Amino acid sequence: MKVAFTTSGNTLDAPMDPRFGRAEGFIVYDTDSETFEAVDNKQVLNSAHGAGIQATEAILRKGANCVVTGHCGPNAFKALSGAGIRIYTTEAATVSEALEAYRAGALPTMKSADVEGHWS
Amino acid sequence: MIIAVASGKGGTGKTTVSVNLARTVGSHVQLLDCDVEEPNAHLFLRCAETAGDIVTIPIPEVDESLCNGCGECGRFCRYHAIVSFGSTPLVFPELCHGCGGCALVCPRGAIREAGRRIGVVETMETDGITLIQGRLDICVAMAPPLIRAVKARVSNATTTILDAPPGTSCPVITTLRGSDFVVLVTEPTPFGLHDLRLAVDMVRELAIPFGVVVNRMGVGDDRVHRFCREQGIPILLEIPDDRRIAEAYSRGELLVDALPEYGSHFATLLWNIREFRNGGGK
Repeated sequence: MKVAFTTSGNTLDAPMDPRFGRAEGFIVYDTDSETFEAVDNKQVLNSAHGAGIQATEAILRKGANCVVTGHCGPNAFKALSGAGIRIYTTEAATVSEALEAYRAGALPTMKSADVEGHWS
Repeated sequence: MIIAVASGKGGTGKTTVSVNLARTVGSHVQLLDCDVEEPNAHLFLRCAETAGDIVTIPIPEVDESLCNGCGECGRFCRYHAIVSFGSTPLVFPELCHGCGGCALVCPRGAIREAGRRIGVVETMETDGITLIQGRLDICVAMAPPLIRAVKARVSNATTTILDAPPGTSCPVITTLRGSDFVVLVTEPTPFGLHDLRLAVDMVRELAIPFGVVVNRMGVGDDRVHRFCREQGIPILLEIPDDRRIAEAYSRGELLVDALPEYGSHFATLLWNIREFRNGGGK
């Protein structure tokens, strides 16, 4: 299972980024091999529209099966759901804390977008 | 002749210049309000509204029975308005620019286009001025197709004045393209100068002759004038920072009607613009 965490860093100690589409980057953690990969999201960060969709494409390319983040807009939710990626929410401060909570099965799944799109 | 009135900075007086210029032309004049996100020229012209035309853009509709999830559509769309994750693609209508490319590249013919309403074009008549305005629907972010629909009503038989949106982005480029002359309205402040520079770069890129109107003369400093002198940009008109202008404006009155002494200023502006064109754009 590959889990994508939204983060502003590239280590497990790095702080979580509560945004999905406009997260600075992702850590894609492989629970089978206990390894991870940092993915940069800066290009998406600078695009005017469609950040949630492009971020979905980015983590999908890395083979993520689910994502752990803070919030999710309507387009991101539609894209992630369409791609079959499960969305977990957390208020954990760091990636490792969020990973801990994910392993403990303590994270709620998101059933609908919880923030507005950026142009409305 | 098509005269576009633009500015980098918002609130410099584009609409004030546009409506007063239209009144100064007098008859056989079109005023096109291309600031479709907040058209306001109608506030200064008492006109009865005629019927509006609905404007749509084509967006893709996918026939799931024909789609094999190849993803060609998603790879083509640079706006990510259609994406495929190995299954039937998802469509994000509000991101779609209506280019039709996804339908063209679909090898299965699974995509057809359906109209999505983005706004209306309204035409009004008052005292020899034909006012045509676009009004973008709430929650629509795609102004250029509506601006093109407004500009499709340009008549070659009249003088046409385009009231542009502020800034230097796509809606402004869409408005300015094809016009014969651009009037850049600014104010003599550091902020006004900063955005005037951006607007000047934009108009030069479009290779359209232009000049500057300085509004609210008396506030700020002389840097706008120094810039124009250094760059060889003609200053076509200076409108003083006169409280009576603001008062007339707040009552929805035309400057040239409320304060007739400004009539000659606008007549000079119009003459300068026409002269510029006749002089071969010197």
